[in-house]
Amino acid sequence: MATTKLGFIVQRPPYKSENPKLALTHAIASQSVEVYLKEGDLVTADIAFIGDGVLNCIKNQKAMDIYKLTSTETHIKMALLLDLNILVCKEDLARFGLTENDIVIDAEEFGAEMKTKVVPFSEITKMMEEVNHLLFF
Amino acid sequence: MGKLTIGCFSSLVGSMTLDFAVKLCAAAIDKGHKVDFWVSGNGTMLSIKDQRAFKDYSALEKPLKELMAKGLNVTACEACAEARGYHKDNTMEGFKRHSMDWYLASAFDADRVLHIGGE
Repeated sequence: MATTKLGFIVQRPPYKSENPKLALTHAIASQSVEVYLKEGDLVTADIAFIGDGVLNCIKNQKAMDIYKLTSTETHIKMALLLDLNILVCKEDLARFGLTENDIVIDAEEFGAEMKTKVVPFSEITKMMEEVNHLLFF
Repeated sequence: MGKLTIGCFSSLVGSMTLDFAVKLCAAAIDKGHKVDFWVSGNGTMLSIKDQRAFKDYSALEKPLKELMAKGLNVTACEACAEARGYHKDNTMEGFKRHSMDWYLASAFDADRVLHIGGE
């Protein structure tokens, strides 16, 4: 039995490129990876939004109305429903004049118990040190 | 020797990132490492067969086939490919197609994961 920890670092803003959505969909795929592994083996995914990437977390996105696309907000909520650890850089939020009130913190309507954590960058650095592999998006 | 999992999301035409990733696969294989190569997003363009090799655009089918013959394990994200109209019947022989969990499973026992690019 072994666990491999992956850290997904999202640095790019939403809808400008596919990267943030790919980060979320790849991280969510950690929930079905067991089909390829031996019983008891696990892959875990932590997601951190830093720099311009924090803009992905803004709530009340209208991607479905405007682009007919599932919003990044909905993907974040799906990740919370699947109990993925989501960190958002406090300093980078402040840089955009944003607070916890402006971003997706929970997905109660989906039945998720996990909440987004707004943390200092030092906490994100700690997560990056603890994972086995980092993937930058 | 080790196992490398290399992921690339950049398109074949439009940047040189995919060229770099394929060259990196070649260097690793030549050193005797096992390499899993994952392409998703625009990187799935690499999986299309019979691409015409102009001198003005990257063309990687030939080197990729040579690498596959040497043991490169290359897989495209099936959903990313289908979303772009890259179907199984126009996928290069030997190029696998799986869902994103394949990439994470490959990362599970990799000695190094090298995640390259994006647009």
